[in-house]
Amino acid sequence: MPQAAEPAIAVDQLVKVYKTTRAVDGISFALERGSITGLLGGNGAGKTTTIAMIMGLVMPTSGTVKVLGAEMPRQRYQVLHKMNFESPYVDMPHRLTVRQNLTVFGLLYAVEDLKGRIASLARELDLVEFIDRPTGKLSAGQKTRVALAKALINSPQVLLLDEPTASLDPDTADWVRAHLERFRKERGVTVLLASHNMAEVERLCERVIIMKRGRIEDDDTPQRLLIRYGRETLEEVFLDVARGRGEASEAAQ
Amino acid sequence: MSAPSIGAVTLAPHRVGAMVLRYLYLLRSSWTRLLELIYWPAVQLLVWGFLQLYIAQNSGFFARASGVFIAAVLMWDVLFRGQLGFSVSFLEEMWSRNLSNLMISPLRPIEFVCALMIMSLIRLAIGMVPVTFLAIAFFGFNVYGLGLALAAFFVNLILTSWAVGIVVSGVLLRNGMGAESLAWTLMFVLMPLACVYYPVSVLPDWLQVIAWALPPTYVFEGMRALIMEHVVRADLMVEAFVLNAFYFAAGVVAFLQLLKSARRVGSLLQTGE
Repeated sequence: MPQAAEPAIAVDQLVKVYKTTRAVDGISFALERGSITGLLGGNGAGKTTTIAMIMGLVMPTSGTVKVLGAEMPRQRYQVLHKMNFESPYVDMPHRLTVRQNLTVFGLLYAVEDLKGRIASLARELDLVEFIDRPTGKLSAGQKTRVALAKALINSPQVLLLDEPTASLDPDTADWVRAHLERFRKERGVTVLLASHNMAEVERLCERVIIMKRGRIEDDDTPQRLLIRYGRETLEEVFLDVARGRGEASEAAQ
Repeated sequence: MSAPSIGAVTLAPHRVGAMVLRYLYLLRSSWTRLLELIYWPAVQLLVWGFLQLYIAQNSGFFARASGVFIAAVLMWDVLFRGQLGFSVSFLEEMWSRNLSNLMISPLRPIEFVCALMIMSLIRLAIGMVPVTFLAIAFFGFNVYGLGLALAAFFVNLILTSWAVGIVVSGVLLRNGMGAESLAWTLMFVLMPLACVYYPVSVLPDWLQVIAWALPPTYVFEGMRALIMEHVVRADLMVEAFVLNAFYFAAGVVAFLQLLKSARRVGSLLQTGE
């Protein structure tokens, strides 16, 4: 039985090697229940592989991942019904309507009062207008809202988001962020958010883990990172880390 | 909702039902998919049926063997379309980039396989039932007249088709869409060896050994014995069933191993080429 104080996600000395490439190189972190954490890093930093190992989609080469006390991927079926995931790089069947897609996923997650849950998500995420239209005929913003509805259909305790606002216009992206913020506050869900959008991470996250070449380069609150690097925005901090200026900035402090 | 346990494997009917519903929604939304299910079996039947009519008019042997080609066409389609129905439903997930969503859901691999088997039956029924009536209308051949033997033929052919479909799906999981052509072509390897249109005795001795290792060979031999000699070869059906049980179990083990390998190499993340 998981302890009450056990972290929602515990990653310990995690390594993933694809043939000769070390995509993730011995990272460790733990996320408290109800926290929201940003996972930052450039392309190839290892964010997606890390999230995939947390979801049980990829088997670690060594090290362990535990979600709500269950070791992934070995014990994944103990917790998959309490987790969910959203990414613009994963689609839902295009020919099915929004309602049909949500019904299928609701049944997979054994959601009680599924019709009521879909109706409530449709209201919250503003899907009512197009809920009976084929998912493939929606705009990028509408598709993101549908993907978010799928990710929330089972009221997850752990939510993994991979660039949830990529390719959205600023207005829709802001709307999605506001909804995520509200959802986390109301439900106390643990969120791990991989993003390239620094403003998004700054606004939503209480903790930021910065990855580079498969390793954790830094891990702190956004405020402390700004102070430690002597910068005004997370984007500047990110660039310092990406270009190897982190140590120099800290030494100058 | 309760999930009965089959050995160490949990099987939840509501998750199997969810996947079947997903494929039924898809079929309902796409008349081209529905048409395709009937189109090829109907074309096959008409070509082979008229060929048999022509030969029968010019040969005493074929006149006696009336219906054997048509029955072979229908049985071959059960085998081929059964596998295709399984594999195409699986491919739909890859085409729609939905596989990751399913793999992170509570859906178990065995439930996914069960849903694909049910869809294979549904797709087969949509395609084949009208074609069997075409066979009655055009050629006076009533496949349902084969009685209980038809059930034995069907069970054995569908089990083989699922065993092949399961392995093909595992290879697709492991190797991505680059292996898509296997779904369309693998069954044709069996066609000459399973002796669909001719008796096993036609093959060279060494090839007969391979032919008898394939369950469909027993079905096609049994079908010819029934139609041409009016003999029910229950022994052949039992032997086919034993072989099928072995191949089906081997297919499931291969699928689970390929899925495990896909998790190891990260191919569940990239389901493209």
